[in-house]
Amino acid sequence: MTVETEISDREITAALQGGLPLVAEPYAEVAGRLGISEEALIERIRAMKESGAIRRIAAAANHYKLGMVANGMTVWDVEDARVAELGACIGALPFVTHCYERPRAPEAGWTYNLFAMVHGDTRDEVEAKRQEIAALLGGACRSHDILYSKRILKKTGLRLRKRG
Amino acid sequence: MMLDDTDRALINRLQDDLPLSSRPFAAVGAELGLSETEVIERTKAMKDAGAITRFGPFFDVAAMGGAFCLCAMEVPTDRFEEVMTEVNDFPEVAHNYERDHALNMWFVLATETPEGIADTAARIERKTGLQVLCFPKLQEFFIGFRVNA
Repeated sequence: MTVETEISDREITAALQGGLPLVAEPYAEVAGRLGISEEALIERIRAMKESGAIRRIAAAANHYKLGMVANGMTVWDVEDARVAELGACIGALPFVTHCYERPRAPEAGWTYNLFAMVHGDTRDEVEAKRQEIAALLGGACRSHDILYSKRILKKTGLRLRKRG
Repeated sequence: MMLDDTDRALINRLQDDLPLSSRPFAAVGAELGLSETEVIERTKAMKDAGAITRFGPFFDVAAMGGAFCLCAMEVPTDRFEEVMTEVNDFPEVAHNYERDHALNMWFVLATETPEGIADTAARIERKTGLQVLCFPKLQEFFIGFRVNA
């Protein structure tokens, strides 16, 4: 059963993509702008969380400002047959924040298929964590590299394109 | 800005999902032994200082019929600032990082349709004259996004 609503998920997304206002009743404020009740907005957000359209309501932190100045994207060339098993292992490490299997781009000389983000206070710390991953992967890994981030160039999250 | 222990406890808590209630900051305050006003004031200060870049819902465009894709470019050093401006001007570019590698610009595209990824990558190639490599996720080994402060 679907409840008829006059406001679309897209409109709710557009209203919330810049973030919630930092006030005591943020949903009431956004609902007021949308011309719906606070209860209706909260229910819609609840439904979007259940469908997976909203993953969580939370803060995004700037690693650099938290002193985590060394942020490395470690990349690994792992046997395809073992990538699911090994990716799950690496993703479970407490210092890995994101871990994905991605396609290789051999035409561009990019042979890596497993990506794991590692954060630390210093490059030595990140390097030690990378060695820990290398030890876990053992012979299943043919080669690996690390790409340190030098600068955040943009971090806005999702932005819908304006519709005509 | 120097974060004190209370700020650190707060930023750690705020990176996890908040209760979906009328007064979320009061709920977080109750967990941490802070007043609602103090939670809001500290969160604002951390946002103003850039320690928090954004506060609100994290949307998964893929669950809404859209797509995300990690992309990379090899940008000549002498054109870096110009290309950065061109790339960042695309609203589909959700984040962009400079990295220490021949592939020195890594960004995430978020588009409302799956076709939007290839289309946007092609428009970025036309705009910059540089090749865009696309690395869509094939599998996610998800645990959490939290960075401990």
